[in-house]
Amino acid sequence: MKKFKKSSKNNAYKRLFSYMKPYRGKLILAIILIMLANFAYALAPLFMGNATNFLALVLENGRAAQAGADFIKFLVLMGLAYGINSLFSYIGTCLIVGVTENTIYDLRKKVDQKLSKLPLNYYDTNSYGDILSRITNDVDTVSSSLQQSIYQILNAFFTIVIIFIIMLNISGLLTFVGIAVIPVALLIASKIAKKSKVQFDNQQKKTGELNGYVEEYYSGHNVVTVFGREDTVIENFEKTNDDLFEASKDGQFLAGTLMPIMQNTTNLGYALVCVVGAIIAISGGLSIGMIQSFTLYLRQFSQPITQVMQITNVIQATGSAAARIFEFLDEKEEVKDTENPKFPEKLKGEVEFEHIKFGYLPHQTLIHDLHIKIGAGEKTAIVGPTGAGKTTLINLIMRFYDVKGGAIRIDGVDIRDMERSRLREIFGMVLQDTWLYNGTIMENIRYGKLNASDEEVIEAAKKARADAFIRTLPGGYNFVLQEGASNIAQGQRQLLTIARAMLSSPPILILDEATSSVDTRTEVMIQEAMSEMMKGKTSFVIAHRLSTIKDAENILYMQDGDILEVGNHESLMAKDGLYAKLYNSQFAD
Amino acid sequence: MKVVFKELKAYVKELILIVLTVLGTTLSALGLPLLLSRLIDQAIPNKDMAMVFRVGGFMIALVIFGLFCGVVTSRLSATVSMGVGRSLRSKLFSKVQYFSQQEIDKFSASSLITRTNNDISQVQVFLNQCLRIAVQAPIMCICGVVLAISSSPQLSGVLVISIPLMAVVLVAIAKIAVPLSTKIQTKIDRINLVMREKLTGVRVIRAFGTVDFETEKFDKINRDYRKTNKKLQRTTNLVMPVLIVVLSLTAAMVMLMAANQSLNKGMDYTIGEVMAIIQYIMQIMMAVIMLTLVFVMLPRASTAANRAKEVLESEPSIKNPENPKDNTSKRGYLTFKNVSFTYPGADKPAIKNLSFEAKPGETTAIIGGTGMGKSTIVNLIPRLYDCTEGQVLVDGVDVRDYDMKTLREKIGFVPQKAVLFRGTIDSNIQFGDRNASEERIEEAVKIAQSYDFVMKKEGAFSAPVSQGGTNCSGGQRQRLAIARAVVRKPEIYVFDDSFSALDFKTDKSLRQALSKETEDATVVIVAQRISTIMEADRIIVVENGEVAGMGTHQELLKSCDVYKEIVESQLSKEER
Repeated sequence: MKKFKKSSKNNAYKRLFSYMKPYRGKLILAIILIMLANFAYALAPLFMGNATNFLALVLENGRAAQAGADFIKFLVLMGLAYGINSLFSYIGTCLIVGVTENTIYDLRKKVDQKLSKLPLNYYDTNSYGDILSRITNDVDTVSSSLQQSIYQILNAFFTIVIIFIIMLNISGLLTFVGIAVIPVALLIASKIAKKSKVQFDNQQKKTGELNGYVEEYYSGHNVVTVFGREDTVIENFEKTNDDLFEASKDGQFLAGTLMPIMQNTTNLGYALVCVVGAIIAISGGLSIGMIQSFTLYLRQFSQPITQVMQITNVIQATGSAAARIFEFLDEKEEVKDTENPKFPEKLKGEVEFEHIKFGYLPHQTLIHDLHIKIGAGEKTAIVGPTGAGKTTLINLIMRFYDVKGGAIRIDGVDIRDMERSRLREIFGMVLQDTWLYNGTIMENIRYGKLNASDEEVIEAAKKARADAFIRTLPGGYNFVLQEGASNIAQGQRQLLTIARAMLSSPPILILDEATSSVDTRTEVMIQEAMSEMMKGKTSFVIAHRLSTIKDAENILYMQDGDILEVGNHESLMAKDGLYAKLYNSQFAD
Repeated sequence: MKVVFKELKAYVKELILIVLTVLGTTLSALGLPLLLSRLIDQAIPNKDMAMVFRVGGFMIALVIFGLFCGVVTSRLSATVSMGVGRSLRSKLFSKVQYFSQQEIDKFSASSLITRTNNDISQVQVFLNQCLRIAVQAPIMCICGVVLAISSSPQLSGVLVISIPLMAVVLVAIAKIAVPLSTKIQTKIDRINLVMREKLTGVRVIRAFGTVDFETEKFDKINRDYRKTNKKLQRTTNLVMPVLIVVLSLTAAMVMLMAANQSLNKGMDYTIGEVMAIIQYIMQIMMAVIMLTLVFVMLPRASTAANRAKEVLESEPSIKNPENPKDNTSKRGYLTFKNVSFTYPGADKPAIKNLSFEAKPGETTAIIGGTGMGKSTIVNLIPRLYDCTEGQVLVDGVDVRDYDMKTLREKIGFVPQKAVLFRGTIDSNIQFGDRNASEERIEEAVKIAQSYDFVMKKEGAFSAPVSQGGTNCSGGQRQRLAIARAVVRKPEIYVFDDSFSALDFKTDKSLRQALSKETEDATVVIVAQRISTIMEADRIIVVENGEVAGMGTHQELLKSCDVYKEIVESQLSKEER
């Protein structure tokens, strides 16, 4: 299991890089610039060391003109080296910013496109929270860490290589002395990092628990109040809070020791180098300036190592996030539209279910054999107890799911032979789950027909009985709906979705009648608006109301996902079966 | 940040220790170059091996000391920062628990959640990162300045130029970067909002075939985000290169000055001194950089702290009376006397002049449109809100005169949104009465028509309930919420639209079972369905906050137009 995880993570890094391919020119340029910048940065202490040597001459014997000129020369060289380093590394990072931001842009775009290509089944079988976290949090994680980690890794790599070579050039022995402690430091640090990761995970878990607890009891605040259980709730909170404290204290402590350990082991190397360097210098093997620059190099050498150590957590997190995103991107997509799509020559609205077989899971059959022909302009009511799977039929007609046997035809054409987008244009849908988006009311209604004029939108709103309430809102049609349209009432939301469907004026309607969450007067309006819309059109209605059921040409009685009885009100009552039973139980008060 | 400082007071001992250990770390770091300059200036020219080893040994001891100090600092700062986080969080949470509905409305539950969770951890992270730096930077600065000046006041003069120069550059960059990063936050929020909407609206988007429209819309904000983020990154990336230039210029300046002064003013410097001063100056400038880092992070943390403070400083508007006068021998009486209620900031009252009296064994039903004030009426009974005019009396005593615990013990409340908590079915029912016996729980569950589905769950009564009760269906949640109220054996039952997710059959059998249980109690039902309330002793029809009619079903059919309209929309002729 663990092995698998690791390989999927490695894979994720590889794929993330493949996203950068279109920008590899820039990336390579950036790498070259950063390499040069590091080279310049590495040379600087060398110049400084030389400058120091000449400065020593100057300080010792006054007016040594040649020494003074050399001193200035090396000083200028040092300045140049740092200047070049700054310039090149800045240009390099800017290029990397360009590359990574473009990469993230592409990745987001891919994710967005994937959303529209996945079969509905994916959304129905995966938890909303999980998908959401993949397409938002995980992408954010990759986005915020990619640029930083690429630059740091490149930088660290070049610094280490170049400085190592220079140090070797100055003195092999000193290099050995100075670096000898680093593996030890790394070993300790990686042990600590591992331990702190365990603690960190623990802290994350506890944070999650605590956040969940807070969320839960704040949302249910009135329940706590009316049952007078504040003290118990606080007591339990304190326990979780204490657990979190313990976990995070240890985690942060361990993570916090990383820096001093790395720093001080480097300092230890520094001290050792000083001693050994002094010994060599005494025996005349090295100049003072060389020791000086060597100690500077040593500091520079350890810096990138510490940095990389610090970002390993970030890199790890990026890997897991990327792996989760790619998992999402690899999900199986909807079956492609047929090569030679057909479409009914004249849309009348005749729907034919021919021996339909269906189940959501591979080996499950819910609908066993549905066979019915619905004439143009007829109304079909779908009834049944709550949880009977009344939306299944809608899923099938609109081809959110494909049937497992038989065929659905609209005006004689199998829906699988049509392009999905054209098929769906045939339908107008008003569901109880009223989806509206953050935008103005005008924009939201126009969603039904994107090129509709303002007048058309207002006309549709009037027909949907929505105009009146819209005009009472501040800004009227320009009133901005919040996410989930939480700033208007449920019934009003439903009126807006009706207006939206009205605007698209489709030949076949799919309606979900309002239930108890809407007040009665709005309900009457919704009812009126729906009947107006249904005039002369084929319609499928998930029905809760007697009047709707009674005058429907076809009634489909559903239970446990299957369609058990088909007929009209009279014939089904006469049959005295399940429908009759439901009918009697509901209204025989 | 005041609240944070107040919390820090509890950790004075740790803070003093942090100052000491950081001082230790700093001395250790500053001591090394000092010792190196000794080696260079004395040991090497004099070829004094003994001194080399002595100084070397001292260096190693210094490193070990530094390591020790660093580790201890880390421990202390973790304890302090996490401790402050813990106590702030706990204070906040306790405060919110005793808020009335009014304060919850004022902040909104979701904002309170963010304040307790994210804002506090923001403060915590800031403290953990900055505590050390905030202590270390000034110490480094002071030590550096002292050492540099004591080595050579003339050469140290460079600082007068370099530090302001660096500060100006950093501030300028921050001036550009900070507003950009706020912008980025709103843009990323926008991206995530659209993503969320696409996820919830997947059916609608496909049904309307607006995939292209959606793609374009997303592309626009995605592009926009990329543009701003590039700008931000390119600005913040300026910091390092600029700093390197300033630092190297400073070093060069020091060396030039040393040469110049030695040549022209006859000053006497050893090379070791010059090198040491350069290092001290670097240290000082590093300290300044670190301090700027603190100041960059400070605004965010202080906004977070202020948001927490706002909560801590608001007082619940509904408080326990100082001298409760709740002696009464009556049981199950509920009276509304000319009650009006206006939400704070609203122009119109949500309820106007409502009066009725309910006795034990009676059922009072409230019906009317959404947003017409039905829930508001029942919320006044357990004092979720206080009425603005008139009186609500329970068992003949004004609710405001009760000890709140006593009052609420009399009430079994089933809220509109059936909220369950993480735990088990048992623990959720026991939330209603922590001393409830197993038999009583079972009884309550049976009355609430939940026994069958509870027994079907794995573990039955100890079956786990997930956060918010999401592993139960809406109808199941509603019934368990009813059982939770029933288990208390209350004198007053309040059902705020609590039957809506039940099918007609369950609704009916539940009400039958309840009627036995509620024989000596008063029942108040808010409902949308006529069939739920037809048999009530008293039906109150609410329209726009006013009472449009009150009476039995038959009476209202004759006298109340609003009621008639509601009935007509729901029942067929023969059923009226």
